[in-house]
Amino acid sequence: MLTPLWLTLKVALLATLLSGAAGIGLGWWMSRRRFAGQHVADAFLMLPMVLPPTVLGYYLIVLIGRNGVLGQYLDRWFGINLMFTWQGAVIAASVVSLPLIYKAARAAFEEVDGRFAHAARTLGAGEFEVFWRIALPLAIRGIAAGLMMAFARAMGEFGATLMIAGNLPGKTQTLSIAVYEAVQAGNDAQALWLTLVISLVCMTVLVISGRLLQARH
Amino acid sequence: MMPMTKTSSRWMRKAAVVAALMLAGGAAQAQDIVVSAAASLTNAFQAVGAAFEKAHPGTKVTFNFAASGPLLAQIQQGAPVDVFASADQETMNRAATAKLFAEGTRADFAKNTLVLIVPAAASPAPTALGDLAGPAFKRVSTGTPATVPVGRYTVEAVRQAGLAAALEPKWIYGESVRQVLNYVARGEVDAGFVYRTDALIERDKTRIAFTVPTSTPVSYPIAQIAASKNAALGKDFIAFVRSAPGQQILEGFGFSKP
Repeated sequence: MLTPLWLTLKVALLATLLSGAAGIGLGWWMSRRRFAGQHVADAFLMLPMVLPPTVLGYYLIVLIGRNGVLGQYLDRWFGINLMFTWQGAVIAASVVSLPLIYKAARAAFEEVDGRFAHAARTLGAGEFEVFWRIALPLAIRGIAAGLMMAFARAMGEFGATLMIAGNLPGKTQTLSIAVYEAVQAGNDAQALWLTLVISLVCMTVLVISGRLLQARH
Repeated sequence: MMPMTKTSSRWMRKAAVVAALMLAGGAAQAQDIVVSAAASLTNAFQAVGAAFEKAHPGTKVTFNFAASGPLLAQIQQGAPVDVFASADQETMNRAATAKLFAEGTRADFAKNTLVLIVPAAASPAPTALGDLAGPAFKRVSTGTPATVPVGRYTVEAVRQAGLAAALEPKWIYGESVRQVLNYVARGEVDAGFVYRTDALIERDKTRIAFTVPTSTPVSYPIAQIAASKNAALGKDFIAFVRSAPGQQILEGFGFSKP
């Protein structure tokens, strides 16, 4: 009962760290640059939010499966196999949560008044300093709300995770997959308990992210 | 709100009619039955269904394939199913305890065997269950024992061979026997337990290492669900599966007589 909860929190936390780093970086980049095909790049980054999780799962199998495009080299060179591991679940959850943090970060960075960054540059600040000391602190609330949403999404991830990490009790069986198995087995009492736990955690996350966004305005 | 123009209200009405027709089309007709069947029966039952529809013009058989456990859970929760075919007696016994099927309609219609398969390209082919305990086999797949019959047959065979502890860390559980087959075919696992009929479907990508003896025979029961709204056609379908033409189709897919 508790194992799936801890596993879910671990996977969601690590996935949020990964997608957070990537999403904030990409949001910053996309908010500052204008280039040909930017709409296409933006659509590509948002794709995991609209694609069916099974399609994402299939992409990931083709990519990181043991005989996958990348997976075969990971296996051959480093002996790393991501299929049926909780690390694989982290990859799946990172991909599905990326659009949430990317979108929030980009919007937050675009709201930051460009004059602050400009002023900092005239005072000799480098690009990293502008990002780290000006843009990031000013955009932090929107980014934090995005991170919370990404965390909630990562916690609830099911389809791609089931395809990549499978359903291994104690190893890769997250809360959402434990609910699925309990319902499949006709174990209604357990399904109900797990459902309540995951609903409670997700509610908490939503309330916190709502507060963060409200405080900004 | 903007006032609705004549054209847009006409469009709305048309859309409503189309939506209503689509919903009506989804509802079952009198000569339709829904058959929930074990995943291992997928290909064979699709052929049986086509032959049944040909023999009974105007009827339509809709299949719902999954592992037997989830199928039972669906029926328990009131899914509109007419006929249930499971891959083991235990799931059907649970259905009997819950009084889900019409009395006197349960019958065994086919038998299968448990086999161990490996990816076609695998070089060290195991020759006995004990080989799986060796370091060459890191990941071994079978169905989730709680819900997938092939998982229960496997657990029983492995326990009798005294290998339960040795194989414990190696299990990769699939949602149905077909997922186990897919894992082996993709080379994601080193070996997997499936039925012989499944192995025959992926002949190019997998090969049978050996047949695994099971003390509980792999036999398939079928029954008509008590809540069925089309009991007569359901009974006809069961009779057809057990008839000579039905058995011939099943045999063609590698099933043996009950």
